[in-house]
Amino acid sequence: MNIVVCMKETPSTTAEKSFTADMRLERRKEDAIPNPFDEYAIEEGLRQQEKNPGSTVTMLCMGPATATDTIRKALAMGGDRGVLVTDPALAGSDAISTARVLAAALTKIGYDLVIFGNAAADAYGGVVPSAVAEFLGKPLLSYASQLGIAGDKATIQRQAEIGYNVVEAPLPALVSVVKSINEPRYPSMKGIMASKKKPLDTFSLADLGLDAATVGGAAAREKALGAEKVSTQRKGEIYVGNDGAADRVVAFLVEQKVL
Amino acid sequence: MFFRLSDEQQEIRDLVRRFAQNEIAPQAERWDEENHFPREIFKPLAEMGLTGLLVPEELGGSQLSRLAGALIYEEIGKADMSTAVWLSVHNMVTGLINKFGDEEQRLRWVPGMTGGDLLGAFCLSEAHAGSDAANVRATAIRDGDDYILNGTKFWVTSAGVADIYAVMARTSDAGGHGISTFIVEKDTPGFSIGKRERKMGLHASPTGELIFEQCRVPAKNRLGEEGDGLKIALSSLDGGRINIGAISTGVAQAAFEVATRYAGERSAFGQPIGAFEGIQFMLADMAMKIEAGRLLVYEAAFKMDEGEPAASMHAAMAKCFASDIAMQVTTDAVQVLGGAGYVRDWPVERYMRDVKVAQIFEGTNQIQRLVIARALLGELAAGK
Ligand SMILES: Cc1cc2nc3c(=O)[nH]c(=O)nc-3n(C[C@H](O)[C@H](O)[C@H](O)COP(=O)(O)OP(=O)(O)OC[C@H]3O[C@@H](n4cnc5c(N)ncnc54)[C@H](O)[C@@H]3O)c2cc1C
Repeated sequence: MNIVVCMKETPSTTAEKSFTADMRLERRKEDAIPNPFDEYAIEEGLRQQEKNPGSTVTMLCMGPATATDTIRKALAMGGDRGVLVTDPALAGSDAISTARVLAAALTKIGYDLVIFGNAAADAYGGVVPSAVAEFLGKPLLSYASQLGIAGDKATIQRQAEIGYNVVEAPLPALVSVVKSINEPRYPSMKGIMASKKKPLDTFSLADLGLDAATVGGAAAREKALGAEKVSTQRKGEIYVGNDGAADRVVAFLVEQKVL
Repeated sequence: MFFRLSDEQQEIRDLVRRFAQNEIAPQAERWDEENHFPREIFKPLAEMGLTGLLVPEELGGSQLSRLAGALIYEEIGKADMSTAVWLSVHNMVTGLINKFGDEEQRLRWVPGMTGGDLLGAFCLSEAHAGSDAANVRATAIRDGDDYILNGTKFWVTSAGVADIYAVMARTSDAGGHGISTFIVEKDTPGFSIGKRERKMGLHASPTGELIFEQCRVPAKNRLGEEGDGLKIALSSLDGGRINIGAISTGVAQAAFEVATRYAGERSAFGQPIGAFEGIQFMLADMAMKIEAGRLLVYEAAFKMDEGEPAASMHAAMAKCFASDIAMQVTTDAVQVLGGAGYVRDWPVERYMRDVKVAQIFEGTNQIQRLVIARALLGELAAGK
């Protein structure tokens, strides 16, 4: 089985964020890590490979040229090879552009199973998996908390309000996973050293046969207008004394649907 | 001169930091409180390749440089000194078997040790053989295809929880040349565990006594030649000293970070205590000492990796300096926290209790100074 994990490079969640004049996130190489949500996708790809002998796992990333380091971090966990799609024209891509590029790359690489995290920790859009599925005309099994492959069918459990839904699709299929699906492994020392030697291909837009006008900032339909720090204004209420304070606390908890 | 870790070294450090801060640090307080030896962390450490640092891949190891090792021990020491200490001893013993064992011995023990199934212990010290290591009195008398071991070992890290014990015992009267090293497996008849020490710190790393009474050990468990035991034991010292220097650096760094954070949060006389020059100077001194110790440790590790003859002296310097400053820094961290520093709600009193031993084991800091002086002055310092 040809497994491809789509992984994004994001700034570490604790990194100080800043924006360029045209409201693009400034990306610093030192802060770059694999999108934390994608770690679950990577882990799931590796587990499916273990369960389905003979499978290969490819880490696919669209990002700046320096994202090879981030791909190697994923390859330190396991997998066979990496593919980076990078091109100066890709700067400023919105979710749809990104999906267009990933779909083209997937078509070029070939795939039976494509795994995504359910969102990226920087933009939190969460639309790329479904958009890629749309471009490819293939089914997406979204928000999987469990994934099984049997024959040429993929089956997932999707957490629901009560219990879970079971959803299945024929391969080739796309799956986006949620955090409860697994516990990502730590890379090993051996993994770190091996990751340096795994093949890593770089594709440009031309390699994928894409027109620069259809992607990147030029084609972006999403525009970031501004960004502000979240300010948390805490509103404290203090109930004092024996005189009805307990009742008010209970009333508050009922109102908040805690009780 | 090039003061930058390679990408791979940084990656190793970042990974071990993440692991240690997530899986070890949050438990360290409880392990200390309950004198709990965390065997449960041995397997995860093995899965990351941290239990065979000095062993090649074909035996399950990850054969890293001493410098990478220093980065690893610093991060684990920062999370919990106890864990770093027993891990360092384990790696040392695994490395000894790999280096001095024959093919059969290596295949018999090393894969289990790198795989996180067999824990190693190093058993040299005795009641009368601490700094004076050559004064080993435990005996091993040849009897056909076996040796009969008698005697008592003191201060053994992981006594009672380890599976594989590298034991130095006397096979002849030839002083330092009359000692041999034996691998004794737990549950060998005639081998028992004596009292577990009640220590000032390092509570999550059991230290205890081994008792040998007519303990029959096959001759094929002898590591290297008869009489090479002390040489084998001492061969691990340079590396061990670098590890202890690295661990001390990690503990000092942890204490410094707590103290710095506290200085920004605690107010007295209407301002954060970090606004007082008296506190600022303490923090500045702490940072300066840590940085100096760290550089000495990295340099010693680098020299050892390069096979420089002066590496031994530098390892002694690194161990001695880094542990001395770690004692100062942790003591000062307690001072910065005031009363809070003296109670167990904050980790700094544990850091201070734990790190004291770094000035004592792996050669006391007096012995380190002796090693340094002998390297500098030669025969004059050796008293010949
Ligand atoms: C927690 C812990 C774990 C340990 N783990 C192990 C282990 O796993 N395996 C093992 O074999 N041992 C272990 N040890 C033992 C340790 O290595 C010894 O305690 C250490 O070597 C010092 O020996 P000693 O305690 O006999 O002190 P002594 O040698 O009696 O020293 C007492 C004092 O005299 C000083 N002194 C001695 N000789 C000289 C000299 N020539 N010049 C100047 N000063 C001198 C020393 O510096 C020290 O201050 C451990 C010890 C501890 C506390």
